[in-house]
Amino acid sequence: MREFWRHFRRNRLAVAGGAIVAAMLAVALLAPLLAPYDPSAIQVSSILLPPSFDHLLGTDALGRDVLSRMIYGTQISLLVGFVAVGISVAIGIFIGALAGYYPGRVDTLFMRLVDIMLSIPTFFLILAVIALVGPNLINIMIVIGVTSWMGVARLVRGEFLALRESDYVSAARALGVPAHRIIFSHILPNAMAPVYVSTILGIAAAVLVESSLSFLGLGVQPPTPSWGNILTDGKSNIEIAWWLSCFPGVAILVTVLGYNLLGEGLRDALDPRLKK
Amino acid sequence: MPTVAISQANPRLCQSLLMLRFFLHRSGQLLITLLGITVLTFGIMHLAPGEPTVVQSEMNPRVSAQAREQLRKLYGLDRPLWIQYGDWLRRMGTLDFGTAFTDGRPVAEAIAEKIPITLTINLLSLVLIVLVAVPMGIYAAVHHHSGFDKATTVFVFLGFAMPTFWLALLLMLLFGVALGWLPISGYQTLGVSLSFGERLVDWTRHLLLPVFVSAFGGLAGFSRYVRSSMLEVTLQDYIRTARAKGLDERTIVYKHAFRNALIPIVTLLGLSVPGLIGGSVIFETIYAIPGMGQLFYQAVTARDYPVVMGITVIGALLTLLGNFAADLSYALVNPKVKAQSEGRK
Repeated sequence: MREFWRHFRRNRLAVAGGAIVAAMLAVALLAPLLAPYDPSAIQVSSILLPPSFDHLLGTDALGRDVLSRMIYGTQISLLVGFVAVGISVAIGIFIGALAGYYPGRVDTLFMRLVDIMLSIPTFFLILAVIALVGPNLINIMIVIGVTSWMGVARLVRGEFLALRESDYVSAARALGVPAHRIIFSHILPNAMAPVYVSTILGIAAAVLVESSLSFLGLGVQPPTPSWGNILTDGKSNIEIAWWLSCFPGVAILVTVLGYNLLGEGLRDALDPRLKK
Repeated sequence: MPTVAISQANPRLCQSLLMLRFFLHRSGQLLITLLGITVLTFGIMHLAPGEPTVVQSEMNPRVSAQAREQLRKLYGLDRPLWIQYGDWLRRMGTLDFGTAFTDGRPVAEAIAEKIPITLTINLLSLVLIVLVAVPMGIYAAVHHHSGFDKATTVFVFLGFAMPTFWLALLLMLLFGVALGWLPISGYQTLGVSLSFGERLVDWTRHLLLPVFVSAFGGLAGFSRYVRSSMLEVTLQDYIRTARAKGLDERTIVYKHAFRNALIPIVTLLGLSVPGLIGGSVIFETIYAIPGMGQLFYQAVTARDYPVVMGITVIGALLTLLGNFAADLSYALVNPKVKAQSEGRK
């Protein structure tokens, strides 16, 4: 553990990523304190104002303060990221563990399912399901989670294949420990390291997908503010209000970058051999 | 073992036989996966709440329960699921995806009309990716830890974090609105007659931004992949041997190292197909390009099931073909795969 911290701290990019992630969390939690205006207060007198001291990032087509909407948008992005990845990691661990522990028919079946899921362009799959269940916050969290577990499943399966032959597992089996306990309390804790990394990277991916969906009008629905749907306004007013198209994108870019840097740094710190 | 006998008699023939077996094995897998995709697509569409007849009749209070029942019959929704699936699959075999709910056109016709545009843009961006990312990755690997290498790394991280739709929006804002250099929608100027040369210029101006946006994410991933693949290869013994023989650095990099680094790159090209196709929804919607992505988006918002299902299956088929082509070319350029497929059986 100490060695892990030593490696992690030495990697300045990873620390920067961690700082970004922490800052975004703080913004999300403290949104009511930080936002200068009510994010959904419509102000007819201040429609599409460019950035100024009153409205640091300008106002949108309904006269709402863009900065305040972006601050509240942070909550939505992170909520979707965490819940969606929670779902995908849970499914991935479950399927990967079973496939890795039971080679043969179970393994073949699950891995074939993984192949199938991977050959449908993910964004198509997500949109197709959204078309059916309807776009709203809860649905997109579930849909993103259910369509992104394949990577974790493969990772966990790989770890299980290696670990199931190890002595301590044979010992547990010989002692008559039931399979579900061997899988979840003996092998799983030792198979988790790569899962942490892909969880962090998965949050970044989920934030990107959520913002794309919301941008297309198939994600978080207005008036709930999200970075993606502010950019939709940006597109409709692209000829007159550049600020609507710029700032929310920066927020997405920085957040995703933060999680990616943190994830990569974590990977290097967990497995220093990989670092050349 | 007949293979052993043949391999002693004629190693050449044996190799082609093994390739053939590899090909057949892969084709078999491809078919199974394709079947799975159809089950999945069909299942999602039919198990989810909300029926197409609801969309068509809900808005209209005058549609009676009886009329809705007629609609259900018309689309065969009143029959057991597995019969519906069998029917659907049989029709799919002949590329008959049914007719669109919204305009009543055959889905296959609508897709066939839109697909060339999408494929053209995707192919152009693949070309762009290879042309830019390969030299970039090699240069970064050869000049490992140089300024250029560091700049590439920064670019890669930005590329991974950049939302495609935002990039599209920013470029539109810069080149379309602020500078006014490029058109911001469509793939050609409508309602004018142009000579072939002028038309070509017109297409280029329209497609410049979409192709770049579509290639951007791939550029980052690919250059990073080429870089690490090259770095790995340069650590191999045969490169050290080449150096020891006193070959000049150019020959080592381009003849010895790059050829071997190329092998995994071929695979990655095949794997990037689903991302490109999925991404077409985004840039086609933003730049108003009438391709498959835009059609899909419209079908999703209108809940036009036959179109959604048809495009999902076609998209998956294209993905599978991409992977298949990558597998085959991988086997063709890499003798080790033949050895593996021999060892496995």
